[in-house]
Amino acid sequence: MFAQGLWISILAITIRAGTSLLFATIGEIFTERSGVLNLGVEGMMIMGAVCGFAAAFHTGNVWVGVVTAIIVGGLLALIHAFLTITLRADQTVSGLALTIFGSGLASFLGQKLGPGGKPLVGMIGPKFAKLPLPGLSQLPVIGMPLFQQDVLTYFLYGLVPVAWFYLYKTRPGLHLRAVGENPQTADAMGVHVTGIRYLYTVIGGMLVGLGGAHLSLAYTPGWTENLTAGRGWIAIALVIFSTWDPVRAVLGAVLFGGINAVQFRLQAAGTTIPAPFLGMLPYAFTVLVLVIITWWEAFSKRVGAPAALGLPYVREERV
Amino acid sequence: MRGIVKRFPGVLANDRIDFDVRAGEIHALLGENGAGKTTLMNILYGLYRPDQGQILLNGRAVAIHSPADAIRLGIGMIHQHFMLVPTLSVAENVALGLPSSRGFLLDLDVVTRRIRELSNVYGLRVDPTAMVWQLAVGEQQRVEILKALYRGADLLILDEPTAVLTPQEVRELFATLRRMAGEGHSLIFISHKLHEVLSISDRVTVLRDGRVVKTLPTSEATREELARLMVGREVLLRVERSPVELGDVRLSLKDLWAHGDKGVPALRGVTLAVRAGEILGIAGVSGNGQRELAEVIAGLRTPSQGQVEIDGMDTTGWSPERLLKHGLAYIPEERMRDGVVRDFSVEENLILKDHVDRPFASGIFMNFGTIASYADRLIENFDIRTPSRDAPLKNLSGGNIQKIVLARELSREPRVLVAAQPTRGVDISATEYIHQRLIAQRAKGTATLLISEDLDEILNLSDRIAVMYEGQIVGVVDQREATVEQLGLMMAGAHKV
Repeated sequence: MFAQGLWISILAITIRAGTSLLFATIGEIFTERSGVLNLGVEGMMIMGAVCGFAAAFHTGNVWVGVVTAIIVGGLLALIHAFLTITLRADQTVSGLALTIFGSGLASFLGQKLGPGGKPLVGMIGPKFAKLPLPGLSQLPVIGMPLFQQDVLTYFLYGLVPVAWFYLYKTRPGLHLRAVGENPQTADAMGVHVTGIRYLYTVIGGMLVGLGGAHLSLAYTPGWTENLTAGRGWIAIALVIFSTWDPVRAVLGAVLFGGINAVQFRLQAAGTTIPAPFLGMLPYAFTVLVLVIITWWEAFSKRVGAPAALGLPYVREERV
Repeated sequence: MRGIVKRFPGVLANDRIDFDVRAGEIHALLGENGAGKTTLMNILYGLYRPDQGQILLNGRAVAIHSPADAIRLGIGMIHQHFMLVPTLSVAENVALGLPSSRGFLLDLDVVTRRIRELSNVYGLRVDPTAMVWQLAVGEQQRVEILKALYRGADLLILDEPTAVLTPQEVRELFATLRRMAGEGHSLIFISHKLHEVLSISDRVTVLRDGRVVKTLPTSEATREELARLMVGREVLLRVERSPVELGDVRLSLKDLWAHGDKGVPALRGVTLAVRAGEILGIAGVSGNGQRELAEVIAGLRTPSQGQVEIDGMDTTGWSPERLLKHGLAYIPEERMRDGVVRDFSVEENLILKDHVDRPFASGIFMNFGTIASYADRLIENFDIRTPSRDAPLKNLSGGNIQKIVLARELSREPRVLVAAQPTRGVDISATEYIHQRLIAQRAKGTATLLISEDLDEILNLSDRIAVMYEGQIVGVVDQREATVEQLGLMMAGAHKV
């Protein structure tokens, strides 16, 4: 009986920890599918977290926080889009700059956006409460972990299949995939390459911002320095792990969230393993997964990245 | 098209070009590389904007700002490099960019049905549900044509469509093109292969250096005249090969196996021998292991099994450096990637393989005087057209860059030469020159392995011809007995009869 209770609570934490990550991962999948690599996920996510929390704190409305986070994520992604698509700046450099910029600005805003220009740290604001779904949450074993979550998590349950369907079964999805694989071809077929890249870079940024809001409004409500703690980077790793497929991304998010949950549990149980070591595990796991995937060369080449990922597209360039 | 002008930085690619096509006509556009053929067609298809001039369609001036405009006006283009997304299916590729009959949702079943109809009408066999990466090159080209037809193209531009096909596939393609012309479609056929232009087109327009040299009905044209118009002087279309006394076996491959980039076997038991004074041609459609074969011999790819012997020594697994000291010269298929350094000067590229040795270096110092005089001599001897020996290599034309590779490799007095696609992307005059040098090297007793997709080149230069198919040698024939017909069948996988 105890063992089952333990597993149920681990599963519940898994899902809570994985939610923000999965938002960010799906967002980055859309961006990368269009051929744009945005390494600014960490920066957009933390900006979403701080702005989302600040907006919710001052208005007292979590939804205002969510919308703010989405807009902030989208705006930051727009900077990246302008730099890399219009000005053809190097995508890696621009993305890294965005992360550094976002992290620094978030830290600064966290110092200033509190009541009366004071720090936000330690403030208690509105948060997404758990909303047990009637009926479903009573199911044995999976009821509590899956259906006693916050609204954003339920929204994510819907987003995954919708994202998959959109990508593989709709016309805009086909155009998106084609632009990321071979922009020359897409252009020659009358698809608007630049427009599509802008659109999905911004949409990706919005989802990343939403992931940030989930952190500061639901997962660990409130604002602390370095709240995202590298989740943006993990999301980028999960994109590779998922082979750019939203459904497979779920697996990655659950694995990461699961390791997170297990190490929380171990800490709570008072193990003698040092806490920092446990805290490192999810990240070490991510590195391990990446190494294995990259090693497995045939795998990474066949079902691998969109072929035009990271490459700017210029119509009149002579090759 | 009237008075079309297009400038690229430093080049006048199209200079006041007038060009017209009639309904139901196959009009060939002939010219060397860099003559401006592709640029002109990219303008017609909306990929480039002309700096001057106008385009008239059915007598009305039209503005074509993008491929979408061109498609709307009934213009289709089949590019030299296929415009297909390999990870998508045939139907998805065809549907790309088209409105769906179900609005937001894809209607691949409808598209599939319509593809089948078109396939039947024009005799273009292809499976709409196959993934493009699984298709052979000839099939991919059929997908391209279907794509254009699906969009209702009346005017179809084909940019060097035969470059990647076997002779049989070329024949099928020509049959399709004639059928399309018969149905009233207009076709523009871009090529630099004279016999193809002569056999398929109704009229020919010859371009040289961005200008129209002449437009004439094909029935009034001859091979020699077209070559002269294209190059601007008389051209030798065949090289003279005198018999050469064969020497010892210089290059010997024994049951060679190797993996390709995707981890699957690309060479599956290749056994060959080349003797001194012999050119052995390797024919085959690209992607059948030729590249891997060259790389294994040159020490750039490790074989999984088998042996390479050069001059009687087992050189399997040797480093490229050791191999080139041992007398191996290599003209790589991807010359820009494997053969030269783009940003280095001409002279630096000429001594790339010997720069650490005397007389070009003493210890860690370079002997620039020696290098300069050596470079000047090669530039002179190999007729390399460059502003100076210290001009950056990247400013030179493809033909001249290939001459630099040739000069560097041949002046090392190689015992064995591996020449992969030595004239690909090179214009007729440079090709003529490169062929002469390869023949001259044969007379000096070098053993040459010539890998080429150009059957004419293979037949022209080789003493014996080996055909590669799916990583194996399907047969070796003597040049005097070889026919295009027979080689074509072997290239498609039929064993030697």
